[in-house]
Amino acid sequence: MAHLPDPQEPAQGPKPASRLPNTLSHRNTLMKRQVPGIVLLAVILALLPILPHPLHIPEYWVTLLNYIGLYALVALGLVLLTGIGGMTSFGQAAFVGIGAYATAYLSTQYGVSPWLGLVAGVLLTALLALCLGAVTMRLSGHFLPLGTIAWGLSLYYLFGNLEWLGKYDGINGIPVLNLLGWHLESGRSIYYLIWTFVLLSVVSVQNLLASRPGRAIRALKGGGLMAEAFGVDTGWLRVVIFVYAAVLAALSGFLYAHLQRSVNPTPFGLNHGIEYLFMAVVGGVSQVWGAVLGAALLTVLQDWLQNLLPKLLGETGNFEIIVYGILLVLLLQYARDGVWSYLARWWPARAPAALIPAPALPQRRKPQAGETVLKVERVRKTFGGLVAVNDVSFEVQAGEIIGLIGPNGAGKSTTFNLVSGVLKASGGAVSLCGERIERLNARAIAQRGMGRTFQHVRLLPGMSVLENVALGAHLRGRAGVWRSVLRLNRLEEAQLMAEAARQLERVGLGAYLHEEAGSLALGQQRILEIARALCSDPLLLLLDEPAAGLRYLEKQQLAGLLKQLQGEGMSVLLVEHDMDFVMNLTDRLVVMEFGTKIAEGLPEAVRQDPAVLEAYLGGVDDPVVVEVGETA
Amino acid sequence: MPLKGAWSVCSSEQHARLYAPLSLYAHWSLTAAQVRRAYAVDLLVAGGKPAQRSRFICEQRLGLSTMDLSIAAILLQDGITSGAIYALLALALVLVFSVTRVILIPQGEFVSYGALTLAALQTQKLPGTCWLLVVLGVACLVAESARTLRHASSRRRAWRTLPVLAGRFVLLPVAILGVTQALLQHGAALPLAVQVALALLIVAPMGPMVYRLAFEPLAEASTLLLLIVSVGVHFALVGLGLVMFGAEGSRTTAFSDATLTLGSISISGQSLWVLASSVILIAALYVYFDRSLSGKALRATAVNRLGARLVGIGTAQAGRLAFLLAAALGAWCGMLVAPLTTIYYDSGFLMGLKGFVGAIIGGLGSYPIAAAGALLVGLLESYASFWASAYKEVIVFTLIIPVLLWRSLANPALDEGEA
Repeated sequence: MAHLPDPQEPAQGPKPASRLPNTLSHRNTLMKRQVPGIVLLAVILALLPILPHPLHIPEYWVTLLNYIGLYALVALGLVLLTGIGGMTSFGQAAFVGIGAYATAYLSTQYGVSPWLGLVAGVLLTALLALCLGAVTMRLSGHFLPLGTIAWGLSLYYLFGNLEWLGKYDGINGIPVLNLLGWHLESGRSIYYLIWTFVLLSVVSVQNLLASRPGRAIRALKGGGLMAEAFGVDTGWLRVVIFVYAAVLAALSGFLYAHLQRSVNPTPFGLNHGIEYLFMAVVGGVSQVWGAVLGAALLTVLQDWLQNLLPKLLGETGNFEIIVYGILLVLLLQYARDGVWSYLARWWPARAPAALIPAPALPQRRKPQAGETVLKVERVRKTFGGLVAVNDVSFEVQAGEIIGLIGPNGAGKSTTFNLVSGVLKASGGAVSLCGERIERLNARAIAQRGMGRTFQHVRLLPGMSVLENVALGAHLRGRAGVWRSVLRLNRLEEAQLMAEAARQLERVGLGAYLHEEAGSLALGQQRILEIARALCSDPLLLLLDEPAAGLRYLEKQQLAGLLKQLQGEGMSVLLVEHDMDFVMNLTDRLVVMEFGTKIAEGLPEAVRQDPAVLEAYLGGVDDPVVVEVGETA
Repeated sequence: MPLKGAWSVCSSEQHARLYAPLSLYAHWSLTAAQVRRAYAVDLLVAGGKPAQRSRFICEQRLGLSTMDLSIAAILLQDGITSGAIYALLALALVLVFSVTRVILIPQGEFVSYGALTLAALQTQKLPGTCWLLVVLGVACLVAESARTLRHASSRRRAWRTLPVLAGRFVLLPVAILGVTQALLQHGAALPLAVQVALALLIVAPMGPMVYRLAFEPLAEASTLLLLIVSVGVHFALVGLGLVMFGAEGSRTTAFSDATLTLGSISISGQSLWVLASSVILIAALYVYFDRSLSGKALRATAVNRLGARLVGIGTAQAGRLAFLLAAALGAWCGMLVAPLTTIYYDSGFLMGLKGFVGAIIGGLGSYPIAAAGALLVGLLESYASFWASAYKEVIVFTLIIPVLLWRSLANPALDEGEA
């Protein structure tokens, strides 16, 4: 069966090989451009601690900087939640309120130390966020932000109506913070506390994002299904970052209460919740520093507008929201990445961390040649009255490459999804190395040693090749959020990165470790997916149409790689359209049509099978040659 | 003394005003509980003349410390009336969502604009919305001209298209402004029907203009992004409402002074107007979208924009039509409710959100279920304001969370951005 040219080829061809030197020279120009950025950063960092005291800037600027710090804390949580985790919240102001009211109530009613109030506020917020998160984080798409509007409003009205919180008048006479004998009474003194909190929070979020749970968090937006397939509990992670963002908001509320020395419900209403989101969007919603920048820009803008607009309009009122609203719409239309993306060009790019030699990760016991790795017995899937998979059985032995083929709509992909746990079988049994897995979800199956790739490549295009592959080793690491934030995970990180680099070398992508995954050609991206699956130390590799959309040479390289992996003892099950590709590669073929297995055996035998010819060619007598490989 | 009605937005200073009439009751030496309950009922039924009505209620009902049938009936009537308003808003939201995938948070602003425009006309003032319409029109013309002149192919036809655009976006608003000014200078009070028609004429065209400016350039974006844009538009329109109408609230005269007496309950003519127009509009929209070809074409644009365009449906036109209908429905709701309660520049927002709760119960897709959901919200709010009047917003908005949860479990969507 001759290979015909793929009509999609020109669009998806790999980029020219000469792009590497280009990137390097590009980096050099970047370095030159970044010099002013480094200088600016140094100046800001040097000025930050001496502004209020030795330099004694006017009170007005200290107040402004204090508010920027308070807002930046909340916006930072939103960057984590919305920009990186992909979940929009309009209700963060309510969490600020809980942090503020907790310390206000405890310190005025019971006279306890404000620091106990901080602990209480954080615990209360975390508890409430955990409950709210457990309910609302399951909401899909646009239902979640609507839910946040709802509880944002509810909490606001609750603050305003509870007798013991002073109703709409709030609580006054909140005591001054006392830090190791220092009375933080003036704006100048609490400034240091606020900015210490801000900088520590920024560092904590950066540490978190550069870690094992951080890579999984970055996969939440647009890569949920993929992350689940590598053992990430996406539902739980969503709740975790929701609580994290809420706690940052509560910290801001605590500081606010002791800065203002009084609280009332107004700053915790829905409008302020929306303004926090706006800050994150203006600064750059997926950039950690964007939160600080957005808070700074908006605080200054707000101050300016509040002076200007009443003069222009001749009356007082909350007019700045007009400008906010219009600005938000324009930003989303023309500059979705926010202001930070423009500044980032002058910022020193983080040099990719050098790979540290680390002891190899432990590996599973691999099945010996001849052992059965995967056993599918009379598996069945019905959608209503439609039988998509009809009592299909086959086996994969250790060290074998098995191809599952069939014309369009034959039920191959459904079978694949039944094996990988994306769909639940209506009947039958699937076992991996003797253990029944047909009732397990994708995450649990990944844990038992199944690594997979996707028909439509699912990478995180903004992350480096190395980090993408390291995500595959998620289940081989232990470090959670706490250890990552405190950087107690260094040894494990080094191990995971070394493992990812080893797998990339193994598949021949060793030259691309620090490239952005999205910049690779399609063929390389498919290979990257295989490396990612290998990184999970699988017993069985499941490949979903790995050759779809590849050019002839790329297909040959892919076949070569799979042969190499087989030589190293890997067992592979692949679903394919492309007859040519599977004929020379696989040990055995399973052919499906209309949900039923119609043939199984050696490629040569299957090729002569009348039922298979009938299915593919519409009858043995039919002289028309149909190309079956190119209908991806 | 502006007395806020059942649909109140409570900022703290407004709240102080809201509790002011309590001093009235102190004269009648009542217990605090009785006062609270009286006030709750007062809030609900106080029609056009709050002082008289509240006094009447105090005398008639205050002996009663528990819910009896007649109070239940009053609350029922009120719940159904507000439910019908929410249902109309829910309908507009479903309409816009199912055509453009936009969750129309600024729907409530059209309500406020409608009511306050009508109130301005009734006090012989030129409503600020006339000028806003002109400004929006000019902005649309600028945006459209920029688009026309950017492409060589459309630039060649610019001498023909630009005058048409200028007519639609600038001449029409200016004409509306002129007509309004002329009618107001005429001196004599206009008939109510003319006032209502004029207010609709002023507010409804803002819908498509807002769509053109804010949403059309992002028509292919995700629902989530459109929602954030929607919140931005809400911010801008609320702020503009404050500029145009000030912080003071207004009421308008009722469409009808007639009352219908059923046993011990009297039903106001305005409530009947609300109910009748809701039922008729809901039925009309249901028939249009489920039975007519052009209605189905509108729905198709939401499901698959590219596919709709391939079969010859103008997706931009569909979006503008949906926004026109939504703005008109919103303004109509505002005018229906303005005689029942004082409307402030930001009152519409909470009404719109309550419409939302209803619409979401219907999954943002079904007109009859959305209407039923909105009715449920109205009743819940009405009875909540009797038992726990301060917490009625808390109760209504907390209700949405289990509903959302049920909705999202019933039809789990794919992650945004997944293939």
